[in-house]
Amino acid sequence: MFYWSLIIISLGIYSAYIFGKSRITSHSRQLEIKTASLPTYYAQYIMVWCLLPALIVYFGWIIFEDQIIQNLVLANFDFDLNPALNASLLIAEIKNVALSDSFAEGKATEILNAAEHYASIKYVSSISFYLSILIVMILGVMFASRKLQPSFRAQQSIENYVKYFLFFCSSVAVLTTVGIVFSLLFESLRFFSDVSVFEFLFGTKWYPYIPIREGQSGSQGSFGAVPIFAGTFLIMIVAMCVATPIGLFTAIYLAEYASPRVRRIIKPLLEILAGVPTIVYGFFAFVTVAPFVKTFGQSIGIDASPTSALAAGLVMGIMIIPFISSLSDDVINSVPQSLREGSLGIGANKAETIKRVILPAALPGIVGAFLLGVSRAIGETMIVVVAAGTAPNLTANPFENVTTVTVQIVIALIGDQEFDDPRTLSAFALGLVLFVITLILNIFALRIVKKYRERYE
Amino acid sequence: MSNQFSHEKIIQLRKKRSAADRRFKTYGLIATVIGMAILFFLLFTIFSKGYSSFQKTVIELDVTFDQETLKITPNATYEEQVEAKFFKVKKKAIANALPDLSKKDIKLMKKMFSINVDKEIKEYFLQNPNILNTTQKLLVTAHSDVDQMLKGNAKRNIEEKKRKLNDRQLEFFDEFVFTGRLKSKFNNFFFTNADSRHPELAGIAGSFVGSLFTLITVFLLAFPIGIGASIYLEEFAPKNKFTELIEVNIANLAAVPSIVFGLLGLGILLNVFGFPRSTPLVGGTVLALMTLPTIIIACRASLKAVPPSIKEGALAMGASKMQAVFHHQVPLALPGTLTGTIIGLAQALGETAPLIMIGMIAFIPNIPTGFTEPSAALPVQIYLWVESAERGFQEKTAAAIMMILIFLFLMNAIAVFLRSRFERKW
Repeated sequence: MFYWSLIIISLGIYSAYIFGKSRITSHSRQLEIKTASLPTYYAQYIMVWCLLPALIVYFGWIIFEDQIIQNLVLANFDFDLNPALNASLLIAEIKNVALSDSFAEGKATEILNAAEHYASIKYVSSISFYLSILIVMILGVMFASRKLQPSFRAQQSIENYVKYFLFFCSSVAVLTTVGIVFSLLFESLRFFSDVSVFEFLFGTKWYPYIPIREGQSGSQGSFGAVPIFAGTFLIMIVAMCVATPIGLFTAIYLAEYASPRVRRIIKPLLEILAGVPTIVYGFFAFVTVAPFVKTFGQSIGIDASPTSALAAGLVMGIMIIPFISSLSDDVINSVPQSLREGSLGIGANKAETIKRVILPAALPGIVGAFLLGVSRAIGETMIVVVAAGTAPNLTANPFENVTTVTVQIVIALIGDQEFDDPRTLSAFALGLVLFVITLILNIFALRIVKKYRERYE
Repeated sequence: MSNQFSHEKIIQLRKKRSAADRRFKTYGLIATVIGMAILFFLLFTIFSKGYSSFQKTVIELDVTFDQETLKITPNATYEEQVEAKFFKVKKKAIANALPDLSKKDIKLMKKMFSINVDKEIKEYFLQNPNILNTTQKLLVTAHSDVDQMLKGNAKRNIEEKKRKLNDRQLEFFDEFVFTGRLKSKFNNFFFTNADSRHPELAGIAGSFVGSLFTLITVFLLAFPIGIGASIYLEEFAPKNKFTELIEVNIANLAAVPSIVFGLLGLGILLNVFGFPRSTPLVGGTVLALMTLPTIIIACRASLKAVPPSIKEGALAMGASKMQAVFHHQVPLALPGTLTGTIIGLAQALGETAPLIMIGMIAFIPNIPTGFTEPSAALPVQIYLWVESAERGFQEKTAAAIMMILIFLFLMNAIAVFLRSRFERKW
């Protein structure tokens, strides 16, 4: 359907273009008037009016087609009479039967009839889909061709359309944010209709299994997310303990001590480190760091878990090093030279200048970098999914096994998703918390960095 | 007074201060060296674990293509040949792999060969149909356990129960090694196959094609939208609240965790708009939204770099603002925007979490052929293999990581090349 519509629409707009161009040229020749704009603009005008309605129909169709067909097919079933029927399961069954005969064996006649009905509707639908695209394209061209007069200022109106399009492009960022907030809020609200907000934010027991049968032992699922938040926090702390000193000192060395040649070599290497996909770090944590941490723990007499917070945190710290170092490097470089010269001029040596003058001056920017690093550590997924644990554990011991918000989101959404089950919905509630926290950190950090920049510009 | 600042004390103090200075510098140096060392250690780990995956182990097997077993005649048509009983030939060949095998031995022996062996025999026969009723020495793929043992990735000096190959199979193994029938060969499956439950047959072709489709989707969506947004913000946006809102949004989206974009894809694209699950179309859309801020920031920088005099010249010649921008400014900024886009695509190539959310984590044993077909992606394939308990997948993981790193390196090299070749300095 996609490829065919692509072909139909492309052919349509191409012929509309040709039509518009020849029409306006012959028109102006007949009337012996010069056109207000170049003929191409008229052709483009027609093209836009051909394309837009086709796109609207196309997207409207693919969004609503399934729903409408399902409702039509299911209209034959009486759900009030037979409460055991599940609409979504039923429609899946009907679709399967309609798709291939091998599913049809041993099915009730009701289903077979419905499948036939479904197939016929689907056929009619696909034919009318192409027809309606064709019709709206022709209607659009007819509507627009009324304006094909030499006096019509086609260039201006095309430029306006382009401007609208550009505006739309830049609103995509806003739409994305709205989409994120909407999807997270909507599903979270459904989650919070089953689980109280208070329990979610302050409960200490995370046991996201809803009993399959009534009265099953260990029955009630419980959604206290404190152990998850604590685990995220613990891993973040470990990561920042690794990343901040190494990143900061690397930045200081590169900005203040290293020769331009060393800088030219080290900077791209750090960029490589920054560009390594996080799943690669996850693999590194899993095959190298985690066994190392386990042996190390044994050598000092601590029984380390193979998925310890320490291993995940260490590797996450490594991931954040280039992030912190490049941001801090920028910040340190933007400290005015006069401050350095002043300090060196009254007899301070380099280290003293850095410690007493440059770092205090650059502190807001470094704090901003640190906060952005924290936000990355909290939102990082693949390292912890591979190297951290899955079981919630309220502990401050980095050798133990903890889990994080992102891990729980992945666990909840891998496998069967049931959007009326709090287990699946909990992912969105956790996602909401993650989004809000990282958003606050980012806004805060960006504001600090911006203020700092303004001070020295 | 003279006591407090005696010459010696000053010298001592200065020594102390310069020692502190040197120490401080050393800390910086140590930090930098640690960073570099980690990078090299990381690359070393991956390459040392992964390079062996480009070789596979094959076993030399005497295969007798006799016509009774195959149940075909010498002048059989191609269709009949395809339907011939190659699994029986394989069974016989394996039973006779070593002399005097008991029934139990044959069962064990069978487990040392890949399940793909009858296909390999069949392919060989279809290429040379005149070998009917002869015995050929064929190199057939060994089972992953044999492969791992030969590569030394599996330990043999441990209890039998913990080993994949038991004692008897190890005897066969040693016999094969001793007679030189165990050989290493270039692992073509790794590059031509999609995912498989059997490590010796698993390859990255499926996930590579999936990633390719995904990246094409990202490019088709993010490049025009990114350029459009940058042009609007740089040239046409009025200074008002909404423009400010857009700017703030772009800055914030750049720092939103990728998994949240996955939730967006699941909650909106899949559940509301009904996009097909697990497909490059959805994955590409989500990743496009995610990389948009990167692309917009790069595009804006390169648009800004075009001197205003060019636009002003066009305007002075009577061009409309739109013409000045699209005919003069944008073409000059294009190399910069392309560079930014490629860097954005490189970021999208390595992204895993959002793809897991929208279901590109399913086991897909065939190579996808379209944008709306369920498919895997390279990073997700890596994740699936990391999580797999089978030992044979570990080297596959490292090898797949090597491939993804090579692609990333190539993309960045192209970006750098574009920048240095086409970017003009004014």
